[in-house]
Amino acid sequence: MARVWVLGDNVSTDDIIPGRYLVKRDPEELGKHVFENLLPDFSSRVRKGDVIVAGRNFGCGSSREQAPLALKGAGVGAVIAESFARIFFRNAINQGLPVLICKGVSSSFSQGEEVEYDLGKGVVINVSRGIELRAEPLPDFLLSILRAGGLIPYLKAKRRDRL
Amino acid sequence: MNLAEKILAGKAGRERVEPGEILEFEVDVVMMNDLTGPLAIESFREIAEKVWDPSRVVMVLDHQMPANSIEIARDHAMMRNFAREQGIENLFAEGVCHQVLAEKGFALPGLLILGADSHTCTQGAFGCFATGIGSSDLAAAMAEGKLWLRVPESVKIVLRGRLGRRVYPKDVILYLVGEIGADGATYRALEFHGEVVREMSVGGRMTLCNMGVEMGAKTALVPPDAKTLRYVRGRARFPFRVVRPDQEAEYAEEREYSLEGLEPMVACPPRVDRVRPVREVEGKEIDQAFLGSCTNGRTEDLLEAARILKGRKIHPRVRMLVVPSSRETYLEAARLGILEKLLKAGAILGPPGCGACMGSYIGVLAPGEVCVSSSNRNFRGRMGSPEAEIYLASPATVAASALTGRLTDPRDV
Repeated sequence: MARVWVLGDNVSTDDIIPGRYLVKRDPEELGKHVFENLLPDFSSRVRKGDVIVAGRNFGCGSSREQAPLALKGAGVGAVIAESFARIFFRNAINQGLPVLICKGVSSSFSQGEEVEYDLGKGVVINVSRGIELRAEPLPDFLLSILRAGGLIPYLKAKRRDRL
Repeated sequence: MNLAEKILAGKAGRERVEPGEILEFEVDVVMMNDLTGPLAIESFREIAEKVWDPSRVVMVLDHQMPANSIEIARDHAMMRNFAREQGIENLFAEGVCHQVLAEKGFALPGLLILGADSHTCTQGAFGCFATGIGSSDLAAAMAEGKLWLRVPESVKIVLRGRLGRRVYPKDVILYLVGEIGADGATYRALEFHGEVVREMSVGGRMTLCNMGVEMGAKTALVPPDAKTLRYVRGRARFPFRVVRPDQEAEYAEEREYSLEGLEPMVACPPRVDRVRPVREVEGKEIDQAFLGSCTNGRTEDLLEAARILKGRKIHPRVRMLVVPSSRETYLEAARLGILEKLLKAGAILGPPGCGACMGSYIGVLAPGEVCVSSSNRNFRGRMGSPEAEIYLASPATVAASALTGRLTDPRDV
C-alpha cells in the first residue's frame, strides 16, 4: 500500500525538475529538487513508494529524462494520471518508473489517501475509500522493460542472452 | 496513406502501416543536445561500444554554450571526447540544434529523425517524420540504428485565407494551440495544408511545426514543395526521396481554419494554450523582451523586429535580449544591417543558441518580473523564478512591446 500526492492538470517537466538542474544526473541529487517550484516541501516530506496521482497531460514539455529520474530519486513509486505527455511516458518506462493511465483517477483521490495498483491488470484501488478504478493495462513488452529496471538494463540483459 | 504513415511504412520496410501499430523503424538521423546528450552517452556505454553510423549522429551544444558553469563545461568536454572517440564529425556549437540540423542539411524530405529534444518536431517543416525522445531511447537508437515507435493517428489541418499585416506564422500556431489545447493532439501527427502554409517561408513552417509538441503532438509535418527543395538543395547530407501524402489519404480528423482577420496573439502564463489576442492583454508592463529560440530566432524574425525598432529606442525599463538561432543567422543579420539596428535601439546580443528560453543560461527572470518572449513555453519557472510571468508572442509583438514597455499590438507602432 502506498500514500498518494494529488496534483492537477498539465504538470510540466519544468515543474518536475527545473532546467537549471539538468546538468545533474545523480537520481538522489535530482530528487532533492523535484517539484521544487510546485510543492517546495515535497522532497523533505515524500516517503519511499509514494504515488503521484495527477490530472491530464502529466509531464508535458521537454524531453528531459531527468524528470522521471528525479521522481525515482525522490522515492516516488509510480505516477497514475488521467493522461500523460508522450515523451514523459516513454522516458518513465525507460527509467523503470511505473506509469498508469487511469480515467477518473484525479477526482477519486485526496491527498494522503492509500492506493494499490496492478500495472499488468490495469487496476487502481483507493484503499481508503474502498473503490476500484480501471486503468489501461501496460502491454507485456513495456512490463518487461519495467521489470528489468528500465530500457538500458533491459537491453543489457538481452545482449547478455545473445552472447 | 497520409504523410506520416507513408514515411514510416518505408522505414519499417512495409507496404503500409496502420495507426496504433507498434513497429521497429530504421532511423536516418539521431540528434542530441548538451542537456540530453551526457545522460544518453552514459547509457550508451552500458549497451554498446560503437555507434551504428557516425555520419548519422548529430551532436549540438546549444542550451548552455559557451559553458556558464563547471558542470556544463564538463558535459561539453565529455561530448567532445565521445565525438572524437566515435568518429562523429557532426558536432556543432553554433546555434540551436533544430536550426543547425536544418542548415547543415540533415532535415530532408522523407527521413525519420529522432532527437533528444522535444522540439525535434520542428524538422517536420521539411516533410520528414521527426520526433522527440529521451536519453535512453537515444542511446538505444545510436547503438542499433533502429527504435520502436507507435504509428500515430494523423490530423489534417488546413489553414485557409491570407495573413494580415504584422500577423505571422507564430500568431497562427499560438492560435492553433489555443484552439486545440495543450493536450489536444497527444500522440498524434499534425499534417499542415492550405494556402497559408503554401505562402509561408521555410522558416515560418519551422515555427509552425516547432510548437506541435505544445499540443502534445508526436510530430508535425508540411508536405514538401518547391520551397522545401530550394532550401535543401546544396545542403543535403544524404540522398533522399520526396514523399507526399496520397490524394485519398485517411486522417483520424480533418480541421479547417480560416485565418482571414487573425490578430496578433499571445499565450498567457503559465499555459501555452491560454491564448488571447494581444489587444485583450495590451498595457501589461514588461521587464524583459526575449527575441530568439528554435521557434523564432531566424533572420526573418530578427528582420521584423528591426523594422519596428529601426531608429528608435526600447523602453528604459526593458532589457531586450536578442539571440540569433545560429551562426548562419548571425552572419546574415549582420550583413543585412539588422544587428546594428537592434543594437542601436538598445538590445543586448547573446551568442547563438537557446538563449533565455529555459532558465539555465542567460536572461534569467527575478520573482515578479514579466517577460514577453518569442520562444515556445511559458510554464511556471521556465525562465527562472517560478513567480515570474512569461507571455509568448511573435517577434514583432516582442519588439513592439520592448519599444513601449508594455504588451503592445505590433500594428500600433
